[in-house]
Amino acid sequence: MPDLTPLWLTLRIASCATMLAFVFAVGFAWLTARFVFWGRDFLDAILTLPLVMPPTVLGYYLIVVWGRNGWLGGWLHAHLGLSLMFTWQGAVLAATVVSFPLLFKSARAAFEGVSTEYEQAARILGDNELRVFFRITLPLAARGLLAGTMLAFARAMGDFGATLMVAGNIEGKTQTAAMAVFDAVQAGDYVLANTLVAIMSVVCVVILVMTNKLASRGRAGR
Amino acid sequence: MRLEVDIRKTLQSGERRFELKAAFSSQNDLTVIFGASGSGKSLTIQAIAGLVTPEQGRIAVGGETLFDGRQGINLPARTRGVGYLFQDYALFPHLSVRDNIGYPLKKSWPFSLLPDDRQEIAEIMAAFEIAHLAGSYPAELSGGQKQRVALARAMIKKPSILLLDEPFSALDSMLRHRMRMELLEIRQRFAVPLVVITHDPADVEVFGDTLVIFANGRVEEVSSRKRPAALEDEDGWRTKVCRRAQWKKERLAAA
Repeated sequence: MPDLTPLWLTLRIASCATMLAFVFAVGFAWLTARFVFWGRDFLDAILTLPLVMPPTVLGYYLIVVWGRNGWLGGWLHAHLGLSLMFTWQGAVLAATVVSFPLLFKSARAAFEGVSTEYEQAARILGDNELRVFFRITLPLAARGLLAGTMLAFARAMGDFGATLMVAGNIEGKTQTAAMAVFDAVQAGDYVLANTLVAIMSVVCVVILVMTNKLASRGRAGR
Repeated sequence: MRLEVDIRKTLQSGERRFELKAAFSSQNDLTVIFGASGSGKSLTIQAIAGLVTPEQGRIAVGGETLFDGRQGINLPARTRGVGYLFQDYALFPHLSVRDNIGYPLKKSWPFSLLPDDRQEIAEIMAAFEIAHLAGSYPAELSGGQKQRVALARAMIKKPSILLLDEPFSALDSMLRHRMRMELLEIRQRFAVPLVVITHDPADVEVFGDTLVIFANGRVEEVSSRKRPAALEDEDGWRTKVCRRAQWKKERLAAA
């Protein structure tokens, strides 16, 4: 039985990254879907950028911001003695950034698909804005949000470039499944490579099939 | 019930510009706002409900000021105590009929249903003859059923006034007549003043004790019936009007 540590590490990193990305993506998606403000299109473009940029470029940006001498990382290191570089938390950061646009785009489309008339009806029936969001907007956008979350999870699981730049490839510490496949092939360990590749492929296919099902049922229900 | 509206609102999108300058008041409990689409009548009742904020002016219902630009009064929609029937009812698609109707009652965080609320929901569902639909979802309902559910939801908190945006436009003509009569019954049972937006002259005949005619964002004319006291419909004249109109329609359809 090959060593599956990288797989468990990948699941842990991808889960944390998806949760982080979810909170920020839902917030920004709601903002851009419900309000017209100056620079909205620019903000959308910036938030979508990780989707099209090379992962190594993203990783470089992350080092510039979060590295020991970075804008935020410098502060962290000076005041709390912490550094995200070459830790699994750093890998979470990288995976969050690469998976964020998928969640953000799906969430924005989901919120835009919720008719504002339902929200207005809820207001007239006595709800404040927080209640409108949790009782109307969020449940009606739930399918789209869930589909986006699954896509983001799949993307977070498979990241290579950005994670390598930020967290390195330390066996048992930051070596994710994608990197373990690379190492295994380099070392000629095809048993390990095949096992990891098979598991990752099955997980990704299952996620995509489920996402498509959610999307098509969402259309029929509307 | 006294309804006073005197508002200004400008809508601008690109080249198009619409200016609403509406001023009227109604002493009657049945008011019809009549006009072509795009004349500003929907915008006016949206302002009464608090869904849009006028630039200036004043809105008062039953002596209570809901909006006053000069005094800086602008009650949020949730505290205005106004009932509103949306043109396509806006029933929440993810909630059952029971939960739709009970929506305004559920105030405990986040979704729990209080036991005494259930009693209220059951009573109002019985009053609207929709008890058998309690577990259904909006997508499974017919047009008439949807309207009854939406009315029950709007009435459960006993609003001070009920605003109806083209309430019968989504129904076929037979159902339209029946729902007119039902709306009159509701009006009697709950003693709630109605403001009906319409472009159908038949609605004017039935509901127009005070008639406000809109054109191009202005109030063209306000007129009141000499004998508007028939709210209780003692002599059944409204019912007669409905029946006669329906009979005519049937004759025409048969011919």
